[in-house]
Amino acid sequence: MAGIPHDHYEPKTGGEKWLHSRLPILGLLYDTIMIPTPKNLNWMWVWGIILTFCLVLQIATGVVLVMHYTPHVDLAFASIEHIMRNVNGGHFIRYLHMNGASLFFVAVYAHIFRGLYYGSYKAPREVTWIIGMLIYLCMMGTAFMGYVLPWGQMSFWGATVITGLFGAIPFIGEPIQTWLLGGPAVDNATLNRFFSLHYLLPMVIAALVALHIWAFHTTGNNNPTGVEVRRGSKAEAEKDTVPFWPYYVIKDLLALAVILAIFFAIVGFMPNYLGHPDNYIEANPLATPAHIVPEWYFLPFYAILRAFTSDVWLVQLASFVTGGIIDAKFFGVLAMFGAIIVMALAPWLDTSSVRSGRYRPMFKWWFWLLVIDFFALMWLGAMPAEEPYASFSLIASAYWFAYFLVILPLLGVIEKPLAQPDTIEADFDAHYPPKDEAKGAGAATPAE
Amino acid sequence: MFKKLTLAALVAFGLAGGAHAAGGEAHVEDFKFSFEGPFGTWDQNQLQRGLKVYTEICSACHGLQYVPLRDLEQLGYSEEQVIAYAANFEVFDPELDDYRPAKPTDHFPANTSAGAPDLSLMAKARAGFHGPYGLGINQMFKGMGGAEYIASLLTGYTGEEKSEAGAILYENHAFPGGWISMAPPLYGEDTEFDDGHANSLHHIAQDVSAFLMWTAEPKMMQRQQAGFVGVFFLVVLSVLLYLVNKRLWAPIKRKPTV
Repeated sequence: MAGIPHDHYEPKTGGEKWLHSRLPILGLLYDTIMIPTPKNLNWMWVWGIILTFCLVLQIATGVVLVMHYTPHVDLAFASIEHIMRNVNGGHFIRYLHMNGASLFFVAVYAHIFRGLYYGSYKAPREVTWIIGMLIYLCMMGTAFMGYVLPWGQMSFWGATVITGLFGAIPFIGEPIQTWLLGGPAVDNATLNRFFSLHYLLPMVIAALVALHIWAFHTTGNNNPTGVEVRRGSKAEAEKDTVPFWPYYVIKDLLALAVILAIFFAIVGFMPNYLGHPDNYIEANPLATPAHIVPEWYFLPFYAILRAFTSDVWLVQLASFVTGGIIDAKFFGVLAMFGAIIVMALAPWLDTSSVRSGRYRPMFKWWFWLLVIDFFALMWLGAMPAEEPYASFSLIASAYWFAYFLVILPLLGVIEKPLAQPDTIEADFDAHYPPKDEAKGAGAATPAE
Repeated sequence: MFKKLTLAALVAFGLAGGAHAAGGEAHVEDFKFSFEGPFGTWDQNQLQRGLKVYTEICSACHGLQYVPLRDLEQLGYSEEQVIAYAANFEVFDPELDDYRPAKPTDHFPANTSAGAPDLSLMAKARAGFHGPYGLGINQMFKGMGGAEYIASLLTGYTGEEKSEAGAILYENHAFPGGWISMAPPLYGEDTEFDDGHANSLHHIAQDVSAFLMWTAEPKMMQRQQAGFVGVFFLVVLSVLLYLVNKRLWAPIKRKPTV
C-alpha cells in the first residue's frame, strides 16, 4: 500500500537545503500538513482535531494546576480550594481542566462511532484502530486517576470501587490490588502514585497520537464512501483529494471554534453540571456516599460491570464450569474489559467487504441500535442497582456483545450491499455537479 | 444522520446529569436567587445579611475553614470593617503556640465542636431542585442548586422529634431520610437587620443560603464573565471561519464565489 502520490517537499533556499540534508524535519512537516485528503469528508471527520486540541488543553491547564496542587491526603482537598480561591484565574483553569475531560470523551465517543459506522477500522487501517483503542484505554486511566486527585468523597470511593475490581481476579487479585494501592486501602500512597501516573499517561497518549496519525497518513484517510483514493498517478489522485492545508485545516478550525463556544458556555455557566456534588466533600474513609457513581463517560461500561449478577444463568454456568473461580464479581470485570476488547477486535469480526455503512442496508439498523444501546447503558449506569434497571442493563450489555460477536460476522455473509460509487470523485460530483450539468439543472429550476 | 447522534447525546447527558443528582428522595423547594443563571449577580445586601445570620447563629457550631476573612471585602466591607470583624474570632497561632484574635489574612476558624460539618463548600456539595420532572433542566440553567437545598433544609422542619440511640432527631422534609440531628437553627426573627429588612424564617434562610453560595463559589461572577468573553470571541471567530471556509471550498464545490 504505497502512499497517495503527491508533491513532496523540495528545499529551495540555501538554509533549507543545509537543514534538509542533515534533518529532513521541514519535509516531514510539509508532507504531514499537505497530505492528500479525500475531498468528500463530512463533519464527522472533525473529531480528530477536537481530540488533539483536548489533549493540548488538558496538558496546558494541567501543567499550571500542578504548580499549585499538593498531593497529600491531608492537603490535597485544601490545595484545590486554594486554586479555586487564591490562584490568579485558578478557578477557571481548574474548571477548564475538569470539563475538558468531558469534552475529550464526547469527542472520543463521536470519533469511535464514526469509525464504526464508516468502517474506518477495516483493512488496511487495523493498526490505526488498535492504536486508537490503546489511546482510549489510556484516556480512561488518566481520567480516572485525575478524578481521584481532588480527594473528595467520590474521588476516594470511586478509587476504592475501581481498584477493588482488580481484587476480583482469582488467586492473584488481592496482591495486585495491594500493589496498585501501595497499601491495604486507598491512602496517601495511592494518591501519590495516581498523581504521578496522571502526569505520565498524557505523555504516553501524546506518543500514541503521533503513531495514530502516522498510521493513517500511511494508509490515507477513510471517507464516507469507504472507497479508496485512486493511486495510479498524481493526476488521478488529485481528482479524489484536496490537500489537508488549507481545506481541512480551515474546516476543522471552524468546527473547533463552534464546539469551543459551547464548551466555554458550559465552563462559564454550568461547570459543575457534569460533576458530582459529593466531590465537594473531603474524602472520609468512614462515611460511604449513598450512591457511588462514576463520571458520565464511564457509565456505559460501569453498567456492563454491574449487569452480570450472580442470578444470571451465564454467570452461574461460568462459575460451575470453572469450579467457582469465576464468580459474579470477576465475571463483571471480565465483561467490562471484554466490552472494550470486542470493540478493538472489530476489524477481524466484521466480515463484510464493504466499508461504509452507507451502502449496507441491514448494518445501518444494527449500528443505530448500538448507538441507542450505548446511551441506554450510560443512563442505566447512573441508576441504582435494582429492578427494573438490572434487567435492562443485562439486555443492553448482551446487545453490546452480540453486535460485535454475532451481528458483525453474520451480516457480512447474509447482507446484500448496495452499489458503491466507483470513485470518490463520482460521489463528490453527485453532490456538487460539474458546471455543465449544473447549468442544465439550473434551467429546470430557474427560481434559485 | 449524525445530528441525531448529537441530539441523543445531549438528551443522555441531561438524563445522566439529572439522574445522579436525584440521590435522596427529599423535597427541595425552587427558591429564587439573584445569582442564578448566566446573567445572575450577587445581591450584596443579601450577602451581608447572610453573613450576619452566619456569624450570630450558624458559627456557633459550623466553621468556614476554606474561606479567608480578607475575602469579606468582596461583600462591600472596608478594610477596617474586615479587621474589626476578624478580631471576633480566635485562631491558633503555631508561632505563638497560643490563641490570638484573627486577622484578615486568617481563614474563618474551623469548628467541629458539635460534629457539625464545615459550611465553606456546602452549597456546592449538595444538589438542589432538579426539576422539572427530575430532568435536571433547572440545574443546567440555574446551577446545581445547593443554595436551594440549604434554604429548603432550614425551612423544612416539621416540628416532629424522635429519640434514637440516645440522640434526638428532628423531622425535616428536605433532608434525605427525613430525620436530621441538627436542631432547628432558625425560627424567624432570630436577628434584626440594620436596614429593617424582613427577617421572617423564609427570608433569613434564603439570605444565609445566598451567603453560603458565595463562600462556596466566590469567583462565580468572574467565571460567568470569562464565560461571556470566551463565548463572544468564539462566536465571532466561528462566523469568520465559516465565511473563510465557504469561500475556500467554493471552487472545489463548484459554487459561485461571493
